[in-house]
Amino acid sequence: MFDNRIRLGVMSILVVNDEISFNDLKQMLEVTDGNLATHLVSLEENGYIKVHKGFIGRKTNTTYSVTKNGEKAFTDHITALENMIKGVK
Amino acid sequence: MIDHNQQQDTLQEVKDIRQMMERSSRFISLSGLSGVAAGVFALTAAGIARYGIFKNYYIDYDQRRHFDANSFATLKIQLLSLAAAVFAAAFLSAFYFTWRKSNKQGVSLWNHTSKRLFWNMAIPLVAGGLFILGMLQYDDWRFVSPACLIFYGLALVNASKYTLTDIRYLGYCEIIVGLINMQWIGFGLYFWAVWWKYEKVKV
Repeated sequence: MFDNRIRLGVMSILVVNDEISFNDLKQMLEVTDGNLATHLVSLEENGYIKVHKGFIGRKTNTTYSVTKNGEKAFTDHITALENMIKGVK
Repeated sequence: MIDHNQQQDTLQEVKDIRQMMERSSRFISLSGLSGVAAGVFALTAAGIARYGIFKNYYIDYDQRRHFDANSFATLKIQLLSLAAAVFAAAFLSAFYFTWRKSNKQGVSLWNHTSKRLFWNMAIPLVAGGLFILGMLQYDDWRFVSPACLIFYGLALVNASKYTLTDIRYLGYCEIIVGLINMQWIGFGLYFWAVWWKYEKVKV
């Protein structure tokens, strides 16, 4: 799941922010709408992130937050990276 | 060799994660130059106040040899306009330098981190500003300078959570100087000048 730069980026951003909008994610990761949307769907299907659909006036405002599961998966991934670096040294 | 490449990849990945976490939670494009510019404006204004506005007021006063309400009202308006001018100049230069730096870093100036920084700084600052205007309304000028320093310090401490952490120490200093200033009422301008200099050294 985390072998992709965009998915990893989304998770890195979500673990340090309570809630973040689609546009903010797009801006920070410098990706296209379609590309980001695909990765967000796959993260959601895996139960790593939660989607909240809201409105600001008439415009849709979709925000994302990390789930308990997602947070755990991310921490495990960091631990794995850590071990990999330690192992090579 | 394979191991070495793998290590490079892993390190790069860790770097990416770190960058994303930092970029998304703190506004790091605040420019140090804006602090220097603000300091220059403030010291210039302190000079104008001391050797221009106050000097003229006292020359008049010496000729008249008694207190004159009109002349005092003019003095207050001049000082307030000067303060407003400094604020505008400092704000615009801060905006300009920060805009330039964020452009260079390729991040947008108005994103969710800068919004958050702006609000968290604005809350204590606006509350303090209104409080101080209230004091002026009741003609109590004595605590204006310490109140400015303390509220500004609190604003910085609050804002530091959303930008460069060094700002927090600057905030502590402001609060301490403000509290000391409380005990030496009337030397307000000198205390102000001290912290502007400090701010310049810091950046």
